[in-house]
Amino acid sequence: MSTEKITNPFNARHWLGDMETDYVYTLGVAGERFFKELKKGKIMGAKCPCCGIVYVPPRMYCEECFAKLEEWVDVGKKGTVHTFTVASIDIDGSQLEKPVIYALIKFDETHGGLIHKIEKTDTVGIGMKVEAMFKPPEKRKASINDIAYFKPAK
Amino acid sequence: MSAKIKNYSGEELETKKIREGKVPTEKFRPKAKFAWSAGIAISRFLDELKNGKIIATTCHECGRIMVPPRIYCEKCYRPTEDWTYVEDTGVINTFSVSFLAADATRLKEPIIVAIINLDGASEGMGIIHRIEEVKDWKKIKIGMKVKAVWKPPKERTGAITDIKYFKLVKEV
Amino acid sequence: MYGKKRVAIVGAGITLFRRNLKETGKELSYEASKMALDAAGMELSDIKSVVMGTAPDAFDGVHMKGEYLADGAGAHHKPYSRVFVGGGTGVFTPLAGWWHIASGQFDTCLVVCEEKMSSCYPHPQYAFTTIFDPILERPVGMNLIWIFALEMNRYMHKHNLKKEDIALVSVKNKRNALDNPIAQLGAKITVEDVLNSEIMAWPVQRLDVSPTSDGAAALVLVSEDVAKEVTDNPVWIDGTGWCIDSTMWTNRDLYYPDYVECAARMAYKMAGIKNPPKEIDVAEPYDPFDYKELHHMEGLLLCKKGEAPKLTREGVTQRDGDLPTCPSGGLLGCGNPIAAAGLMKVSEIFWQLRGEAGKRQIPGDPRTGVAQAWGDLMQYGAVIVLRR
Repeated sequence: MSTEKITNPFNARHWLGDMETDYVYTLGVAGERFFKELKKGKIMGAKCPCCGIVYVPPRMYCEECFAKLEEWVDVGKKGTVHTFTVASIDIDGSQLEKPVIYALIKFDETHGGLIHKIEKTDTVGIGMKVEAMFKPPEKRKASINDIAYFKPAK
Repeated sequence: MSAKIKNYSGEELETKKIREGKVPTEKFRPKAKFAWSAGIAISRFLDELKNGKIIATTCHECGRIMVPPRIYCEKCYRPTEDWTYVEDTGVINTFSVSFLAADATRLKEPIIVAIINLDGASEGMGIIHRIEEVKDWKKIKIGMKVKAVWKPPKERTGAITDIKYFKLVKEV
Repeated sequence: MYGKKRVAIVGAGITLFRRNLKETGKELSYEASKMALDAAGMELSDIKSVVMGTAPDAFDGVHMKGEYLADGAGAHHKPYSRVFVGGGTGVFTPLAGWWHIASGQFDTCLVVCEEKMSSCYPHPQYAFTTIFDPILERPVGMNLIWIFALEMNRYMHKHNLKKEDIALVSVKNKRNALDNPIAQLGAKITVEDVLNSEIMAWPVQRLDVSPTSDGAAALVLVSEDVAKEVTDNPVWIDGTGWCIDSTMWTNRDLYYPDYVECAARMAYKMAGIKNPPKEIDVAEPYDPFDYKELHHMEGLLLCKKGEAPKLTREGVTQRDGDLPTCPSGGLLGCGNPIAAAGLMKVSEIFWQLRGEAGKRQIPGDPRTGVAQAWGDLMQYGAVIVLRR
C-alpha cells in the first residue's frame, strides 16, 4: 500500500475528464417579475401581509410564516453597504488587472439585499450610502446586470 | 392528486420558447475539470492493458476472480490476495444496440455495447465494451462468444480503449 | 412496531409535473409544502423538523442544492437535512422523516421532494454520463439509457419474454395517468404504438421510457399523539426498508433486483406482512421504464420471478384487478422528476387508502399499500408500507 504524500493529483496515476454541461435557469415566478421590473429601472421588494417583512429580492413566499406574498413595493435605487470585499483574483484564480469591489447592499427597512459591484470610488466602508446605476434601457436584458454598478450616493 | 383539491400549482413553459430565447433565463456553464486518481488496482489494470493483457484480483475467502480488479473484496470486506491474468475472450452477458450517443444526439449507425463475461474470471464477472464488425445487429444473441480486438502496441496508452472493441467469434 | 412512537401521514401536496416549469426549485418546494400543510390543516409553525429529498445537484445546476431549497421547504431556522440515494430518494425521504418521529425526538416532520431537471441543457441525460466510472466506462461513450437497455435485455432473455409482454405496462400506466390531474403524459396508446416507436437503445424504444420533468411533492408526518388531534383518518407508516448493492454492476446478473427484495423483506418484517400478494391491496413500484414495473413487482415479492408479465397480461394489475399496480399512472404516465416522482407514489398510496383518489380510486376497501423507488447504477431499493 502506498503511503507516499502526493499533493499534485497529476503526480499520481490519473485520468483526465470533466463534469461539464450547460445550464439554462428559468427566473421563477417571483424572479421573472423582479427582473422585468429591473429592466424598467425599478428595484422591487415583496411584503409579507402577516409579518410585515419586505424581502429583497422579492420572493413568492415568506420564509418565516409561509404566507404567499402578493404585495410588491418599489424600494427605490438607494441602499447602504452592509458588507463588502475587494477581489484581486478572478473566478479562475488568475490576477485581475484592477481590483473589483463587491458588496452586499441593503435597502432601508427591507430584509435581504443585492450583491453587486461598487465603482466610481477608491474608498468604501460599511454603512456607506450607494445608489444603483442602470445600463441604458436598450442594453437591459432582465438580468441582475441591468444594474451596471452601484456608486456612492450624493 | 387528491380528489379534494381542484387546482395544482405549476406554470408550464414550452421548450421551444425557451430555446428561442422568448422566455427570460440565465445561462451558465460551470468549469468542472477533474484528474481522477486511478487508484492502486486500476493503475495496474491500465498498465497491463498497455501490454495487451487483462488482469484480475482474487479473494481467497469467497474464491472469486474479479475483473475489474480491486484491492478489497466488497462481499467479504477483506483485502484481495493474488493478481491473475484472464483471457481476452468471453461471452455476451447482455447487450444493447444504441441509436443515441453519450450526449443524447441521434446516430445513423448504432453503437453496440455489451457486458462481456471474460473467460478465466469467475462467473458473472464482466466488463463493458463495444461490439463491432457486425453486419446484422438483429442476429446478436446473449451467450455468443466474443474476442477482443486490440490497438497495435505502439498506439496503446494504458486505457480501456487499448481494446478497440470486441468482435463476434462467429460473424453475423 | 419499531421506535418510540407510531408515525402517520396526515397531509400531502404536489405540483404539476411538466417538462419545463417556470418556478424555481425553491418555489416548487413551497407550492408542494404549502399544499400539504393546508391539506393537513396545519401551519408552518407546527412543523418541528424538515427533510428534503432531491437527486443530483447536476440537474438543477445548483451546487449544494439541499441548502438552496431549504427556505422553500419551510426549513427556515429548523432542524433540516437533505437525503439523496439517486432515484430511490422519493421513497427514502419519508423513511428519513419516519426516523425523526419514531426516535421520539420530534412530533412533526415535513417531508419534501423536488426536482428541476429542465435547467440541464440541452438534455438532462447528458448530466447522467458522469454516473459511470470515468476510467473504465465513460471512455466507451456511455449513455444512461444503455444501462436500462442492458438490464431489460437480460430480463427478457432470462424469462423468454417478448417486447409485447412489456409494452402492456406502458399502455396501462399511460391510460391510468389520464385520470391524474398532475400527469405530464397521460395517453391512450396501444402495444403497436410502443413497438413502432423510435428505437433509442434496443430493446428500449421511446414509449418504453418516462420523460424528464420538473416537479415537487410533500408530505406532513406526525406522531400518533398529534395525529389524534389533526385528523380522523391517519395513514400509518408501518414498514420501512432500504438496501444498496455494489457499484460493480457489470459483475451482477441484472435480471433480478436483489436489493429491492432485501429492502422489501426489511419493510415487510417491520409491518408483520408474511404473504405480500395476499396482504397488499395496492402497489406503486418504481416504473421509469415499462420493464422496471415488472422487475420491481418481482423484487417486491408480489409474484414469483418471471411471473409479473403474466399478471399484467391477465389484468391483475389493472385498477379493478386483484393487485392494482401504479394506479397513479406511474412515472411512465405522470413524468419523472426523480425525487418528486418517488414521493408522488407514496402520496398516491396515501390518497388511495383514504378513498380520496377520485377517478383513480381502486374499488373495495384498500387498507395496506406499498411504494418503492430504485436508484443509482441499478443499486438502490427503498420500500415503504402504509396502512390505514
